[in-house]
Amino acid sequence: MIQPSDISAWRIRHKQANTSPAASCLSVAILLMSSSLCFAQPVTIHVDNFTFTPVETTVAPGTTITWVNDDDIPHTVVATDGTFKSKALDTEDQFTVTMTEPGEYVYFCSLHPRMTGKIIVKAP
Amino acid sequence: MSAQNDDSAGVTRRHTLECMLWAGTGMVWTLVGGVPGSMPLAKAAALNPSKTFSFVQISDSHVGFDKPANPDTLGTLREAVASIKTLPTKPAFFLHTGDITHLSKESQFDDADQILKELGAPVFYVPGEHDVLDDNPGQSYLARYGKGTSGAGWRSFDHEGVHFIGCVNVVDLKAGGLGNLGADQIAWLAADLKPLSSSTPIVVFAHIPLWSIYPEWGWGTEDSARVLDLLKRFGSVTVLNGHIHQVMQKVEGAVTFHTARSTAFPQPAPGTAASPGPMKVPPGLLRTFLGITDVTFQRGEDRLAVVDHTLAGEGTSK
Repeated sequence: MIQPSDISAWRIRHKQANTSPAASCLSVAILLMSSSLCFAQPVTIHVDNFTFTPVETTVAPGTTITWVNDDDIPHTVVATDGTFKSKALDTEDQFTVTMTEPGEYVYFCSLHPRMTGKIIVKAP
Repeated sequence: MSAQNDDSAGVTRRHTLECMLWAGTGMVWTLVGGVPGSMPLAKAAALNPSKTFSFVQISDSHVGFDKPANPDTLGTLREAVASIKTLPTKPAFFLHTGDITHLSKESQFDDADQILKELGAPVFYVPGEHDVLDDNPGQSYLARYGKGTSGAGWRSFDHEGVHFIGCVNVVDLKAGGLGNLGADQIAWLAADLKPLSSSTPIVVFAHIPLWSIYPEWGWGTEDSARVLDLLKRFGSVTVLNGHIHQVMQKVEGAVTFHTARSTAFPQPAPGTAASPGPMKVPPGLLRTFLGITDVTFQRGEDRLAVVDHTLAGEGTSK
């Protein structure tokens, strides 16, 4: 597992070496990776008692979100705008998406449509 | 539902029917040629005793469910079928009001079919939301049970002058909403009812209740008012639903609404738990929460006799 501190150290070493343009690109890529490591911690949303918890979540672009079904009844996770749609999740099944585009995403369980939730994707 | 169980529970079918007679003592409304009239119950029964048939509603079998609320849903479905075979009147046919399976798997449909074919009479199905969980929602269900249906599986048929309508209210559900019939199905229903005389007894069956029981738990159908509007002119309407795994009844004018027990697991009474999920009860009590619904139609009576039987052998008339 690469730690952000390792990347910083690696980047600094490269800067000092006054590297080629290709290597600079690489260092930009690493910078981006480093920032996503800092701000886009994976998020877990639990489905329990016919409720999404937390019901509303704000995340940075690039965040990976995982829903876990803790109920004895299957549920689904379906974005109203069609951005994402899970299969039926039985007990303990999971569904993961990575949210890249900023915006507000309302989602619901297509079996129990009173169950709704919202993901807000915006840059920190 | 053995006689022994009946005796120990102190509620036999005979007692139940006697109670029904007491409840119905006096006058019954009849509809002859669309004109309401009344006559003593005994006379109504004697008028045409041969024009009687019964059918049985089975619901929410959830084949494939194996959680603590009932680890053996196939076993309890088998018990339900065995109990039906002990009924004094052989049902002419069966209605299954959905959630045949838990996860719409082919193996679960296979297991359910294997047991239900023992009934030895036609079964008319409508899907529950658990029957349309395949990748192409409802494809497996329709391949098995869709013959003679339209759209997502809605249908109508007649038996001994009674018009039966199976509605589908579990597909294309909208975020934040309840059960949904949709404009296409309602247009079909309007056309289906149009040629019928208002004296035709109507039975509507669908998975999610067509009356608002507890919207907070999704126990209702978004556009059911439009269906009830179309049924307003009829003198005898019986609405049979499942989904909520418990018996509830409401009478509104000529319309009797009734929900059936599940053959798989109970659900809590509205608002009495954090969610409508499966309710765990002591194993010895499970069968008092599961059951089937026996419905008898007698010509001359405007209301069908609905008797709920539990798998523990208790029967209650409504």
